[in-house]
Amino acid sequence: MAKARLIGDRTNKMMVQAMERRATDVRGRVFQITLLTTLLISLFILGVLIVDVVVDSWGVLTGRPGGFLAGTMRSLSDDPKLGVHQALVGTFWIAVFVAVLAFPIGIGAAIWLEEYALKNRFTRFIELNIRNLAGVPSIVYGLLGLFLFVKSLGDLTGGKSIAAAGITLAILVLPIVIITAQEAIRAVPQGLKEGAYGVGATKWTMIRSQVLPYAAPGIFTGTLLSMSRGIGEAAPLLLVGAVTGRLGSNPSFFDLSAINAEAFMAMPVIIVEWVQNSGRDPGFAEAAAAAIVVLLVFVILMNAAAIFLRNHFEKKRG
Amino acid sequence: MTDTRVDPAEGFSVESLAANPRQARKERLIRDSLGATALVSVLISGLIIWSLFSEAWTFMVEVDWGAVWDIGWFPRRGIYDIKTLIVASLIITGIAMIVAGPLGLGAAIYLSEYARPGVRRTLKPILEILAGIPSVVLGFFALEWIAPNVVKTLFGGPAAGSLLAAGIGVGVLVVPLVASISEDAMKAVPMSLREASSGLGARKITTTVRVVLPAAVSGLMAAFIVAISRALGETMVVFMAGGAAQTAVYTHDPLDGSLTMTAGMTSLARGTDSVVGEGLTFQSLFFVGLVLFIVTFGLNLVADRFVHRVREQY
Repeated sequence: MAKARLIGDRTNKMMVQAMERRATDVRGRVFQITLLTTLLISLFILGVLIVDVVVDSWGVLTGRPGGFLAGTMRSLSDDPKLGVHQALVGTFWIAVFVAVLAFPIGIGAAIWLEEYALKNRFTRFIELNIRNLAGVPSIVYGLLGLFLFVKSLGDLTGGKSIAAAGITLAILVLPIVIITAQEAIRAVPQGLKEGAYGVGATKWTMIRSQVLPYAAPGIFTGTLLSMSRGIGEAAPLLLVGAVTGRLGSNPSFFDLSAINAEAFMAMPVIIVEWVQNSGRDPGFAEAAAAAIVVLLVFVILMNAAAIFLRNHFEKKRG
Repeated sequence: MTDTRVDPAEGFSVESLAANPRQARKERLIRDSLGATALVSVLISGLIIWSLFSEAWTFMVEVDWGAVWDIGWFPRRGIYDIKTLIVASLIITGIAMIVAGPLGLGAAIYLSEYARPGVRRTLKPILEILAGIPSVVLGFFALEWIAPNVVKTLFGGPAAGSLLAAGIGVGVLVVPLVASISEDAMKAVPMSLREASSGLGARKITTTVRVVLPAAVSGLMAAFIVAISRALGETMVVFMAGGAAQTAVYTHDPLDGSLTMTAGMTSLARGTDSVVGEGLTFQSLFFVGLVLFIVTFGLNLVADRFVHRVREQY
């Protein structure tokens, strides 16, 4: 009995000592600071990247912003008519193709997978297939576009045309649209659906009146993300055959005949083109940086809008 | 609507409860068209595999296999040394993972375990913006900033493109990917494990390193495998900053320029207006594409398994 009390006293004393010792947890602090540093390095790189691009492009963007947006591809970097107009037109049409093809097909597939599909092996196969498609390197989609839309269906698409490029990129972003839309639809509360059935709605009426409105912000976020991915992607376009050198024509934005003309340009491709030209004519590096700023404005705006929307609705719905 | 209305004199019958046939037809039509859109993805996979195999097959049948193991990648002269491309791809991926592994994992641990909610709400979106930067922009950055400021100053390499510059660029590109998948994995670890660990008197660092990380290890594996697959398939950074324009001699020095599988394909497709040249040039494009596709496909399948293991555990 006495022995037990002795041990108890000793333990008590040790506990008090341990609690009164104010030694800081050095290893813990170092660990935490290291972690924070790794995160800050990534953010620092992003900062350096943006500053670097803006500084490089300052001359062009402040000197002749209008001329740069309206200008065309030139063989010399000091040509006052040098600009990105052809590339903007190409990227605009690619965006149209993505919106018209990838969005409806992707959202439709997501609705089917979440609301109609039976939970069987076939459905699991389709879902696995979609996840794998999302991981296929973009250049492989370029090979598909080259084989299918440029060579095999060349008569339809006009060969190395904006149509071939647009369809290829629509296919590329399709898995992203499906996966994000699926997540949004999955988050719709079961109670809403049952309520709709309870008042006699058919399945489609229920989806149209309950599921889609509730999932709309999430679906919209996904389409924004996939659009920004689509307009920034260059590798498939190089394979599908975005033009190198000078582009003969400079179509206006709504010139429909340009869609399957045998030449096109797009923002990411003009950047590659000018970076490579900077080897022989250093002034092109500045033009490339300016084109990057133009592209980044669109991409970052879309991403920021998507992130903001998602956080906003996450908070609102808890 | 008329045939669903019940005439009180006749009472209910099975027919009166059945749906309006026109409406039922419409419902079926909608279901079937939605199902068809889901099948588009299967069709796309089929087309990818078909296009890669049909052209790669021609290459494999007709090529002189001595030319596939030679001194370098000179497709227009009929020399298709695949090992030049594969070794360069592996070097780039290795460098990228050395950069992205610690940075991405560290950022993920901080965001998941340490950051206060307010800090997290500001830092995470910035990381997501980095994830959305197009790869051409990072290619430009790798060539114009990383090459002169990091590769030249720190490693004494060339100020122009090199495998090292491109590898660091790819690393920066996959940091957000590693961070977001790892963070998801750590967030999936139940709070009760952390509380139990703290309850036993473990410090934060002990809880994090000895409890949370081991519990999340499947997800962390998935993050690394997905990042490797992404780095292998990354094209623009490697093409712009890899330091070789059209052709490459075999090298395994990171300070040299060379072509990866992806850059080799791009330079070949871009060199002339159409991919023509020595006999099998066009087909060689698809052969390299097939090799890349098989490798990344395998990696993605393995990563998918790991992600599922996380879901099943908790």
